[in-house]
Amino acid sequence: MSAPIESPTPVVTPVAPEPRDSLWKSIGLNVRGSVMMVALLLAVVFFQLTSGGVMLKSLNVTNIFLQNGYILVMALGMLLIIVIGHIDLSVGSVAGFLGAIAAVLMATYHLDPLLAVAMTLIAGGLIGVWQGVWVSYLRVPSFIVTLAGMLLFRGATLWMLGGQPVGPFDESFRAISSGFVPEIIGRIPDPFGAVDMVLLSIGSIKLVIPLGGGDLNLTTLLLGVLLGAAVVFMGWRSRREQVKYGFSVPSMGSFIARNAAIVLGVMFIAYRLAGYKGLPIVALLAFILIGFYMFLTLRTVIGRRIYAVGGNAKAAMLSGVNSKLMVFLTFINMGVLAALGGLIIAARFNSATPKAGYGFELDVIAATFVGGASAYGGVGTVAGTVIGAIFFGVLNIGMGIMSIPIDYQFAIKALVLLFAVYFDVSSKNKAG
Amino acid sequence: MQQEAAVPLSDVLLEMRGITKEFPGVKALKDVSFSVRSGEIHALVGENGAGKSTLMKVVSGVYPYGTYDGQFFFKGEECRFHTIRQSEHQGIVIIHQELALIPHLSITENIFLANEQATHGVINWGLSHSKAKDLLAKVGLNESPATKISHLGVGKQQLVEIAKALSKNVELLILDEPTSSLNENDSQALLQLLREFRAQGIACVLISHKLKEVESVADTITIMRDGAVIESLDARGGDVTEDRIIRGMVGRDMTHRFPPREANIGEVLLEVKNWKVAHPVYSDQMVINDVSINVRAGEVVGIAGLMGAGRTEFAMSVFGRSWGHVVGGQVLMRGKEVDVSTVPKAVAAGIAYATEDRKTYGLILINDVKTNITLANLGGVSSRGVLIAPKEITVANQFRDALSIKTPSVKQLAVNLSGGNQQKVVLSKWLFANPDVLILDEPTRGIDVGAKYEIYTIINRLAAEGKAIIMISSELPEVLGISDRIYVMAAGRIAAEMPAAEASQESIMKAIMRLARAGAEEVVL
Repeated sequence: MSAPIESPTPVVTPVAPEPRDSLWKSIGLNVRGSVMMVALLLAVVFFQLTSGGVMLKSLNVTNIFLQNGYILVMALGMLLIIVIGHIDLSVGSVAGFLGAIAAVLMATYHLDPLLAVAMTLIAGGLIGVWQGVWVSYLRVPSFIVTLAGMLLFRGATLWMLGGQPVGPFDESFRAISSGFVPEIIGRIPDPFGAVDMVLLSIGSIKLVIPLGGGDLNLTTLLLGVLLGAAVVFMGWRSRREQVKYGFSVPSMGSFIARNAAIVLGVMFIAYRLAGYKGLPIVALLAFILIGFYMFLTLRTVIGRRIYAVGGNAKAAMLSGVNSKLMVFLTFINMGVLAALGGLIIAARFNSATPKAGYGFELDVIAATFVGGASAYGGVGTVAGTVIGAIFFGVLNIGMGIMSIPIDYQFAIKALVLLFAVYFDVSSKNKAG
Repeated sequence: MQQEAAVPLSDVLLEMRGITKEFPGVKALKDVSFSVRSGEIHALVGENGAGKSTLMKVVSGVYPYGTYDGQFFFKGEECRFHTIRQSEHQGIVIIHQELALIPHLSITENIFLANEQATHGVINWGLSHSKAKDLLAKVGLNESPATKISHLGVGKQQLVEIAKALSKNVELLILDEPTSSLNENDSQALLQLLREFRAQGIACVLISHKLKEVESVADTITIMRDGAVIESLDARGGDVTEDRIIRGMVGRDMTHRFPPREANIGEVLLEVKNWKVAHPVYSDQMVINDVSINVRAGEVVGIAGLMGAGRTEFAMSVFGRSWGHVVGGQVLMRGKEVDVSTVPKAVAAGIAYATEDRKTYGLILINDVKTNITLANLGGVSSRGVLIAPKEITVANQFRDALSIKTPSVKQLAVNLSGGNQQKVVLSKWLFANPDVLILDEPTRGIDVGAKYEIYTIINRLAAEGKAIIMISSELPEVLGISDRIYVMAAGRIAAEMPAAEASQESIMKAIMRLARAGAEEVVL
């Protein structure tokens, strides 16, 4: 396979010029993801302005993770489901049901929390098996299967709990959602002191980055440094690889600028978290999962096959990809992550309630689409999904701080979803 | 006698002047002038990407006024179409290569789609059906207007499209590759229909790769290349030959349409015995009936036959039962029976199948070239389930160079490649899976002359490396030009087997007809 083939005729084939890697593409963001990144920053700035500097206080930054961790966790599962070309409307109900199982196991049967967590995760996997069999092997559309699942597990939750909240739980279990990484190294005083940094000042409007206000958790700062270094290292390694194979890469300047921005962002978040109680356990869990799913989607054979099935199921099947198995696996994965989501929710409220999880599927699905996943399958990134989920988290906290009534909050979130997807669709149409 | 077609101004129906159309990065049309006279059949030929379809999309309002430069006149009046509806209102109707019919609706419903025979929004079904019936009679389609489109074969669907065009009082009918998916009989019937339309004064622009047809039916032949009109030939004298057209298309003479082939044939690699396959829905209908074939190392075996003969169905059923229900038969590799019940098992047994429909079944268009190339053999670019990116890029670059895939980089999306290059990506995918037997289903469909030659060269080289090649093709010259041995399939059976050296187009057609006369039921898929 080495001799070049002689062509008898000059074949003139118009080919589109190679798309230059945009600023965000190299960290796995597409157009919608990049726009959402900018929108996220704008939203933060907006709430920071309107809240008089409260938005970025340590407590609120911590709350973004505490209050939205479960959305992020379940959105990672939803991403794979949507990428492979399906949908799961049942995640909210399933999470509620699994939270109820964990609650009953711990509160009624007094099982060890660790054992209860393990059993709940397995139960989540089994629910995934149930829905996955219907979708992939019995070929019922996932919309229908999971719509049925939504009702089924809503009913099952009521039955399991007997219509009553079940709780409270052991402190060790509640740590899942309210605990923090222990202060192994100790705390240091804030080097910035208790001064606010004024970025912008127009008349009475001031854009303030609050600094200081106490001492800092060293462990969290150190973890921030490690994360930042890891991101820069992986970016640099990938860039070197691209150059080696002659692909076009963003200029060194933009590479440095981008990495500086990422490190700054990571360090700022770490600094804010360190100023309160440190890194929430749920955030640590989320970061580990994010890392794992980035690896799965970008670097593994299974990840590649999931994208292939979503991109063109028939072509994937004819290339020897076991499409049904892939769909089946993504549903099992979703079940396990829904179990994790359910555990976090139960731990957060210190009880499982019959209504837990209601409507969460919509937040999860919205976060995934806002993060750039395509409703037609085959397209979507972990990085985008994370941004989508954090964006909704910021919206929730920001609107809460501003005391925007709940009716407006729904409408605002709806319009964000609509415009984000519209923007993506229209930019695709323009591209031809 | 090749001269510029003299176009008397009086009966010019369509005149286009200085049309230029740009896409991002590509100038698809460069200052094109083109005219069609009333009541003529005007063939528009050229390699893929020459700009034929783009030009016709300007005429029919698919590209609205303002998205191109230049102007055009229909019946002497300047046209500025913003929608397809406006062009249809003027009597310009385009029938695209991919038929735009809705499978679950009836013939009548399709014909009058968006043009419903209704008063105050209530459809008059009696009137609709009777009008549809008249239109069907005009195109010679003997079907009830209530028949669902999904029950018709491709040839009949094409006729429904034409009936739909007639319902719009068409004066200029544009057909984009109307016969590309039709068998010989249906193609001839369609061309005859165009001749009848000509007699009735309907002009027709025919875009086609099938130069024999063009030669036989066209009054004027316009050749395009690289977005420009090269020449217009008056073909009424019947002295414009296929070779003459090809010369215009590629810019010089094509002395050899097929690369020379030196066969070095070895042991029997694949043998399929008494293969029987039932229709996936109608399980009592046998689509493949007792087919036995074999292919040897280093051999190119052609499977000729008409559309619907069961060739694709046969190949796909062997390749991991991707089609139908296999009811009987054996598959042997090097004399040993192998399990080919799933695609991965078939691939493991050393069989690969490159589909006839590369966009639907062959490629993941939204993925890049390297992802497509490695899809069938991800094990080859990974270790313990983890992909090795440098290895993947190296592999993709090797195939890009070996098969001369024209793309700026292997990170280009498959959708941005031309048909010939897409086909090379599909071939690369299967070559990387390193099969012993490669089944190529219509490997050159819809790709231009130059790229075809390259594909033939690749086939030859693979055979020389000792692989066994089965090539399914509806183009008889291609089957004859490439194969060492030919099986003729008709109605789900093997009608004949002959060495290519002794075969001719006539002998193949005769074999098909003989089987048809023997009373075998025509299988309509």
